[in-house]
Amino acid sequence: MKKITSLLAATFLGGTLAMSSAHADDMRIALVVKALGIGFFEAAAKGAEEAAAELGGVEIIYTGPTDTTAEGQIEVINSLIAQKVDAIAISANDQDALVPALKKAMQRGITVISWDSGVAAEGRLMHLNPSSNPLIGNMIVKMAADHLPEGGDVAVLSASATATNQNIWIEEMNKVVGNYEGINVVATVYGDDLSDKSYREAQGLMSSHPDLKAIIAPTSVGIVAAAQAVTDAGKAGEILVTGLGLPSEMAAHVDSGASKSFAIWNPIDLGYAATMISYNLAKGEAKAMAGGDIGMGRLGAVTLSDSLDGAMADPFVYDASNINDFKEIF
Amino acid sequence: MSRVNAIDKKAIPNRLRNPVSRVLRSWEFLLFTVGVLIFLLNTQASPYFLDPWNLSDATFNFTEKAMIAFAMALVIISGEIDLSVASIIALVSTCMGFAVQLGFDTPALVLIALAVGAACGAFNGLLVAGLGLPSIVVTIGTLSLFRGIAYIVLGDQAYSGYPESFAFFGQGYVWWVITFEIVLFAIIAILFYVLLHRTSFGRSTMAIGNNPTAALFSGIRVSRVKFILFVLTGIMSAVAAICLTSRLGSTRPSIAVGWELEIVTMVVLGGVNILGGSGTIPGVVIAAIVMGMVTFGLGLLNVPGIVMSIFIGLLLIGVIALPIVIQRTKQRVAR
Repeated sequence: MKKITSLLAATFLGGTLAMSSAHADDMRIALVVKALGIGFFEAAAKGAEEAAAELGGVEIIYTGPTDTTAEGQIEVINSLIAQKVDAIAISANDQDALVPALKKAMQRGITVISWDSGVAAEGRLMHLNPSSNPLIGNMIVKMAADHLPEGGDVAVLSASATATNQNIWIEEMNKVVGNYEGINVVATVYGDDLSDKSYREAQGLMSSHPDLKAIIAPTSVGIVAAAQAVTDAGKAGEILVTGLGLPSEMAAHVDSGASKSFAIWNPIDLGYAATMISYNLAKGEAKAMAGGDIGMGRLGAVTLSDSLDGAMADPFVYDASNINDFKEIF
Repeated sequence: MSRVNAIDKKAIPNRLRNPVSRVLRSWEFLLFTVGVLIFLLNTQASPYFLDPWNLSDATFNFTEKAMIAFAMALVIISGEIDLSVASIIALVSTCMGFAVQLGFDTPALVLIALAVGAACGAFNGLLVAGLGLPSIVVTIGTLSLFRGIAYIVLGDQAYSGYPESFAFFGQGYVWWVITFEIVLFAIIAILFYVLLHRTSFGRSTMAIGNNPTAALFSGIRVSRVKFILFVLTGIMSAVAAICLTSRLGSTRPSIAVGWELEIVTMVVLGGVNILGGSGTIPGVVIAAIVMGMVTFGLGLLNVPGIVMSIFIGLLLIGVIALPIVIQRTKQRVAR
């Protein structure tokens, strides 16, 4: 019995020693996610590895708690502080609760940024949004216009009438809709992010606007319901469905032709950009200040606002050409 | 003939083992050895482990949970269980956050927290001790109830803006790397040691866990003891809630989700019989430190959380199975 335990201890020791001495001189960047085992974040980690390979001399520590709790992330942050990593790029479970732990990390000389889901300003150097409201507002109408060269009537199927994000995006969309010739927004209806209600609202749109050419749904629930309603009415290909959706849920509707394209953030690019920004800040090659630019490798540069956040890029467009690669991811 | 003798020898030994041998064979010693082994492994596995500040940070992995674990140990020893503790934390924290919005300061917040915790415990206690309902059913119910109230009040919002002085509980240092929490942990451990091992209340708790009917007929006021134990657990959950809320600096209804299982694991790993009747406070102390060191050590190696849970599970099964396996082997050898 004793022999077995000491043997086990020895192998454990040997293994971990080898592990810890592997990359002594590298810059270590920790990509902390809301929870492990989520496709979206696994994809972000892929992007981070891509950035690390491009930069060279960078070790990515991809980590996070088992479930999406602030307490779990604090334990992870504490262990990263203890390891004296060079940078932490975090998608936060709680924008307030992580602040004390991240402040401590910064006091000990660690570069801290947040991405995807932000931390309150005093807990990070900068925050990277996947996109921005004007970019999203423009993209949702652009996707409709691209497939309607002669223009036509389009309608919006939103979440609830009080949904902050959707209202801002629709407002931004209405600002730029004049740039797309012949596109008429004839109605905005609300499906409350419920599948059945969104489905009925989409049916209502089709019957009350016989000339309808496209439905824009800037919500992942609404876009699926609209695509289903169009398919069930036998109008797939005639009435275009677009907006914001998840590749895994939309793959079938892209295949059937109900939706030609839709958009959402690209998690791979997000992980790539977060890593590039962390590297540049930790190396001192860029500073996080209002109006400043920070390089993001192949994605160009991000410009910071007064509240020290920035938008990565246009929402990424998914269509028949790439949907199959992404439907497995998220 | 020889077989009968062997059994006789086991049943009535000629003399008791000497005290040293008894300590060496105790559960606490086994756990302590495991703890030392894990400590040594950690120092070898990561160059960052043996740093006073890092070890100080690591104590946060277990202090708050251990505070509740002491009270939980007594509840489990009495033959009951309280699964609502993490939800009590959520409700207490929400009430404190609400009080902050009304402009209360730190002393008032602490009093409110303790009162709410005690009330939650009393509610559990009334249902279990007063109505005689099974505690596992009652506290699964209140697990949803207490956190449900927190969700109704807060929804997807958060309370923050706690006063500066409130931060001391979860972020303050008493001296050098010694945190306020670790001092509080030590004081609470001593109090519970005295309560369980040096008072008649503690003996009553053990007696109830061994045989409630016999305890009742021996003149022990069984339901009163049980009621007090649940109130005590509620109060300790409130103390943990104060520390955790102070450390986070904000309240969300999802605070401390899943802690009840980690706390029960801590208690069982500490050698407390899950069926009631026996257990010690030193055992729980060691178990808390061992669990804290394991999660921190694995964290330093960036082992994913899910592997950590597997490791804790294996540790639990291993430490519980080991003495039984050893005894079985001995019996077989004796035959």
